[in-house]
Amino acid sequence: MSYKIVEKKMLNPTVFLMEVEAPLVARKAEPGQFIILRIDEHGERVPFTVADFDREKGTITVIIQIVGKTTRDLAKLETGDELLDFAGPLGQPTPLEGKKKVAVIGGGLGTAIAYPQAKKLHELGADVTVITGFRNKELIILEEELTKIADKLIVATDDGSNGTQGFVTDMLEKEILAGEKFDEVIAIGPLVMMKFVCKLTEKYDIPTMVSMNPVMIDGTGMCGGCRVIVGGETKFACVDGPDFDGHKIDWDSAMKRGRMFADYEKHSCEDGHCRIGRTHKYED
Amino acid sequence: MPNMRMDKNPMPEQAPDVRNKNFLEVTTGYTEEMAIDEAQRCLNCKTRPCMEGCPVSVKIPEFLTFMKDGDFEGAYQKIKETNALPAVCGRVCPQEKQCESKCVRGIKGEPVGIGRLERFAADYHMANVEDKIEVPQWNGKKIAVVGSGPSGLTVAGDMAKRGYKVTVYEAFHTAGGVLMYGIPEFRLPKDIVQKEISTLKKMGVDIQTNVIIGRTLTVDELFNDMGYDGVYIGSGAGLPRFMGIEGESLNGVYSANEFLTRINLMKGYKFPEYDTPVYVGKNVAVLGGGNVAMDAARSAKRLGAENVYIVYRRGREELPARAEEVEHAEQEGIEFKLLQNPTRILGNEDGWVDGMEVIKMELGEPDESGRRRPVEIAGSEEVLDIDTVVVAIGQTPNPLIRQTTEGLETNKRGCIIADENGLTTREKVYAGGDVVTGAATVILAMGAGKKAAEALDKELCGK
Repeated sequence: MSYKIVEKKMLNPTVFLMEVEAPLVARKAEPGQFIILRIDEHGERVPFTVADFDREKGTITVIIQIVGKTTRDLAKLETGDELLDFAGPLGQPTPLEGKKKVAVIGGGLGTAIAYPQAKKLHELGADVTVITGFRNKELIILEEELTKIADKLIVATDDGSNGTQGFVTDMLEKEILAGEKFDEVIAIGPLVMMKFVCKLTEKYDIPTMVSMNPVMIDGTGMCGGCRVIVGGETKFACVDGPDFDGHKIDWDSAMKRGRMFADYEKHSCEDGHCRIGRTHKYED
Repeated sequence: MPNMRMDKNPMPEQAPDVRNKNFLEVTTGYTEEMAIDEAQRCLNCKTRPCMEGCPVSVKIPEFLTFMKDGDFEGAYQKIKETNALPAVCGRVCPQEKQCESKCVRGIKGEPVGIGRLERFAADYHMANVEDKIEVPQWNGKKIAVVGSGPSGLTVAGDMAKRGYKVTVYEAFHTAGGVLMYGIPEFRLPKDIVQKEISTLKKMGVDIQTNVIIGRTLTVDELFNDMGYDGVYIGSGAGLPRFMGIEGESLNGVYSANEFLTRINLMKGYKFPEYDTPVYVGKNVAVLGGGNVAMDAARSAKRLGAENVYIVYRRGREELPARAEEVEHAEQEGIEFKLLQNPTRILGNEDGWVDGMEVIKMELGEPDESGRRRPVEIAGSEEVLDIDTVVVAIGQTPNPLIRQTTEGLETNKRGCIIADENGLTTREKVYAGGDVVTGAATVILAMGAGKKAAEALDKELCGK
C-alpha cells in the first residue's frame, strides 16, 4: 500500500503543506498526535505532527519545514506523488477538554502544530488567544486560518516587518500584564522558544504545556531515542508525550540531545550522496 | 555404521579479522559432503532425547536419516512439518541449551551439529527447490495476528494451513519483527527472512505494515469493526530498559533497540546510500551479556570502533548469550569486562559521552534466577575511556496494547497473562512469545505460537 499526496503547496519559501491519503490514520488522529513517514526504500523514518485531518476524505495534513535531506526530498514531491510509508496516529492526543481561557503560542513552524490545538479548543468553546512569532513577514503561515478560530490573534515578527515587532514571550507578557487571566498556556515551537515561554509562565504561575519533537525511529516506544527528562524522570516523547508539563522539562538536556545527529544531517544534505559525515567508513 | 568421530564437522566461516569489517554472514554453511558426514554421526536413538529439547518438536532423527542418504529436500520437508522457519532456527537457536544438549553423542564428545544441519537443509531447499504451495480452502473464519515476528509468523503459517484467512498487522514498514530490526545481517541475512515471509504470503497470508495496534486500530476494533473471529498478540518485548544511572540521556548513549534498528532495519551501516545515520565512536561500551549485547558489540566493531567492550556484572559462565555468539565476539576482538557494573556515564560540556565509571563486582549467594548474585566491591571504581554506550540489559513489552484493551490482564512486569495454550484473560484473544514471557528466544516464541494456533483453531472450529 502506498500513500498518495492529494495536495502539496508551499506556504513560504521553506515551509510546505502536504495532504496525504491515509484513511486508517485519519480515522483516529487528534490534535497533538504525530505520524511517521518514509519516502522510499532508502529513506529515514521521520516524525511529523498532524497539522490537520479530514475523517471523511481520509486524509492527514502535515506542514513541513525544509531543514535536511529528507525534508528537502519531500519538498520535491508534488500532488499525485506517493509516499511509501505513513504510520500513525502516534503519541497521546493533547488534553484540551475543560479549559476556559487559553493562550496558544506558535513559534515559526510550531504554528502548524499549534493550529489544530487552537482549533479544537475553539470548537470546545474555550476563549483562545493565539500568539505566533516569525523571523519576518515573508515567513508568516496560517494567518488566515488562525483568524477564523482565535478570539484574539497576535502575529509578531522579530524584525517588525509586519508591523508588530517582538518575540512571542514579549507579546504573552503584555497580555498577562494587561490583566488577561489564562488557565493554561500551550507553547509549540523551537526548544529555545518553549524554554523561554516556560520561564515566563513560571513567573506568573500559569500551567504550561509544551510539545516535544525529539529524534526517534519507530514512534511506538521501541527505540528510546526520544527520551526527555521530565521532573527528573526519563520519559519517551512518543508514548508518554509528545506533550509535557513545560515547567518540568530539563531543557538543557533536550537541546543537547537535539544536536546528536546534526552533523550527519548536514552532510547527508549537501548533495544527497556525498561520502563525508561518517566518523568511520564501513568497508565493503 | 554411524560415523564415530568425536567432534562436529567445524562450521566454515569468514576469518575473524576479515568478517569484523563487513556485514556478510559470518558462517558460510556446510558443503553437501560435510552435511552427509555430520548427519552420519547420529546414532538414531530410539528414545529420541534430542526432540525433547526442541520447543517445536522437530523430528530430528528422521530428518537426519534423510540427510545421511543425501536426500536434503526430504530432510527439509521433515523439518518443515513442525517448524515454520527452519533457515532462521538453524542460525539463531541456542542449540547447545536445547536439542544438542540432549544428544547422546555429547556425553563423550561433541553432540551432532543439529542446528548446522537444519540450516543446511533449509538453505538447500531455498537454493534448489521451487515451493509448491497449496492454498487450502477457506473455512469461513478470519483471524488477526498482531506483530510479524517469529511467533506471529508461526501462528499465521499454522492458521493459514488450517484454512483460516489471516491478516498480520505490523507496526514497522517491513515484516519480520526482531528478525529484521534486531538480529544483524551477519548472523541472519535479511533475504532469508523475507523469503520465509514471501512463502507465507503465497499461502494467502495478508501482511499489513504501518499499522500500530493500540493506536491505528485497537484489539476491540479488530473484532467489532473488522470482523475477525480471533486475535493472536505476538507483539514482542519492544520497550528498552535503561540502567537508571547518571548520564544516560547524554548523546552517544543508545538503547540496543535504537542502535540495532538503525543498523539492521534502516540499513544505517550503508549510510549515506541509505538516509539513516548511526553514530559510532572509537571506544564503545555495550552493557549486558545476552545475544542482543553480542549483536550490538559486533556491529559496533564492524562500523569501525577501535575498542569495543562488553561490560557485564556477572562472570563468563553466567553470560546468557549463545555460546557461539560469545566465541565469535571474542574472535572478532570484542573485549569482555566481566564482573563490572557501570555506575555513571560521564559527559563533556556539549552533552556527549566522554567516559564511563564502572565498579568491580564479586559473586555472592544465588538469587531467585539461580545465578549467583553480583555484589559490588567497595572502593573499586574505575573510569573507562568511552565515547559510545549501548544499553543492552533487556526489554519489556510495549504498553500500547495493554493500555487500550480493557480486560486484558498483565503482570507487574507488563507481560500479558496467558495460560499454557496462550489464552489471555480476554475471550478469543491469545498471546505468546516475548509479550508473555518477557525477552526470550526466537524458538520459544515460535513454540508458543504453535500451541496457541492449535488452541485457537480448537476454540473457533471446535475440533
